[in-house]
Amino acid sequence: MFASEQKVHFDVDRIRKDFPILSRRIGDNPLVYLDNAASSQMPTVVMDAFGEYHRNYHSNVHRGVHTLSQEATDAFEKVRQKVQKFIGAKEEREIIYTSGATDSINLIAQSYGKTFLKEGDEILISNMEHHANIVPWDILSKQLNLNILVIPITDEGELDLNAYKNLLSERTKIVAVNHVSNALGTINPVKEITQLAHEAGAVTVIDGAQSVPHMNVNVSDIDCDFYVFSAHKMLGPTGTGILFGKAEHLEEMPPYRGGGDMILSVSFETGITYNDLPYKFEAGTPGIAQVIMLGKAIEYLDAVGRDNILAYENELLSYATQRVAEIEGLKIIGTASNKASVLSFILEGIHPHDIGTILDFHGVAVRSGHHCAQPVMERFNVPATTRASFAFYNTKSEIDTLINALHEVKEVLG
Amino acid sequence: MDPRMKQLYQELIIDHNKSPRNFREMDDSDYESKGHNPLCGDKLQLYVKIDSENIITDVSFTGDGCAISKASASMMTTAVKGKTIAEARTLFHQFHDMSTGKLDIAEHPHQLGKLAIFAGVRDLPARVKCATLAWHTLDAALKGKEIITTE
Repeated sequence: MFASEQKVHFDVDRIRKDFPILSRRIGDNPLVYLDNAASSQMPTVVMDAFGEYHRNYHSNVHRGVHTLSQEATDAFEKVRQKVQKFIGAKEEREIIYTSGATDSINLIAQSYGKTFLKEGDEILISNMEHHANIVPWDILSKQLNLNILVIPITDEGELDLNAYKNLLSERTKIVAVNHVSNALGTINPVKEITQLAHEAGAVTVIDGAQSVPHMNVNVSDIDCDFYVFSAHKMLGPTGTGILFGKAEHLEEMPPYRGGGDMILSVSFETGITYNDLPYKFEAGTPGIAQVIMLGKAIEYLDAVGRDNILAYENELLSYATQRVAEIEGLKIIGTASNKASVLSFILEGIHPHDIGTILDFHGVAVRSGHHCAQPVMERFNVPATTRASFAFYNTKSEIDTLINALHEVKEVLG
Repeated sequence: MDPRMKQLYQELIIDHNKSPRNFREMDDSDYESKGHNPLCGDKLQLYVKIDSENIITDVSFTGDGCAISKASASMMTTAVKGKTIAEARTLFHQFHDMSTGKLDIAEHPHQLGKLAIFAGVRDLPARVKCATLAWHTLDAALKGKEIITTE
């Protein structure tokens, strides 16, 4: 594992050794994994937690009095505290385990939204949201007859803050925006967005799926009401994620799903009493191993340090931005001044799927398509883009491979 | 250069991508159909004219897509023009089976001719839909359906 004493020099070669997949080959070429915004790769220490749990203390949580169940419960619950510290939440009970960012947003919409919103109320979302931060609100708005208003974005892919201010009114009840856009890389000023929302009497839901792996996040400083993210984009496993909610909201919200673990008592005679936070929202047996793996992923990220990660990834992004400029006909989609390590682009006259296929022949994994953010594609009037998204285990030499492959794309199809 | 690339992006495909044949709207078509691949945003509109003998007398398309889908649509129009509906259907089934790996064109007789150039997509599951979109759209048009999707 990465030794935390190395703060100045970022030892990427050493880090890469922790990720077994990075040494595999695609055909005759080494894998160049640049699809980190879709899902990040996993260090051995996170994988090992899965085996360790199943070999030594697999059992259900919050149930048995036997040793295994207590060990599993301890390991599972310790992660809650890690997550709390990782995002700067005030209380442990404000951390709810979910199946991912999408699940978290659906929970907020169907529990908070359905309880506290009424016909005619407005939800503001931005033009750069992932479908996961659009569709749950659309479902809710149809259930309750709400209106969804869209905050426009500029040609650079930045949120239009003036337009946002004008859209806010006493009808606004929820503002749902991402911290970092998965399609454009834009880092949104979520603290300011939240402050303005609060002044209008609205709550904020921040989709942090693309931010938590790449930068320090402090939900208390942002002062957002809800913050959501997924484990698999931050070195963890799929199928697990987090909902942070301020306790004052979570306390008032009804359960989203019913089942075991989320109740204190069930009686056909005296009725059902729900459990306290955070268990009220955690019906059924959770992904115990996956949560424990998430805990290991947090430890790993903390050891490397997200400040170091951000600085190094910024370096990668500037290098890539500078190198792609040499490719004629290439246009970057998303040129915000404050950007995370996402490089989305189009090549004149060449479809992103052809680019994706040819890059794959070189071992380079990128995403080509609409990135589950079709309104962004509409906004920039493109059917799809090619997206290279970097993680702290990527290197400049991998970016060189990307550039060489793009030259070949031009040669074949240009 | 990777051999798979040479196989997939052959000159004929590149040529049909750059200069697609029968790439135009048709005012007096008998059948029209829209094909859509939501995964990559490929969209095409297909026009078919059929005479009383069930012969496809004219076929054309418009739209936007990747090189594979565009070249496939272009080559399809040249292949089915002048064929009967039944012959076009046979080609559709053979093309479909070749692209999905069900028909080994080296082993079994077929009428695909130049269309066999798309055989390489069977090794690229993500691209099969690109190659078959135009054919599914044709099949839908001949069945009188208006919109099809490959998803």
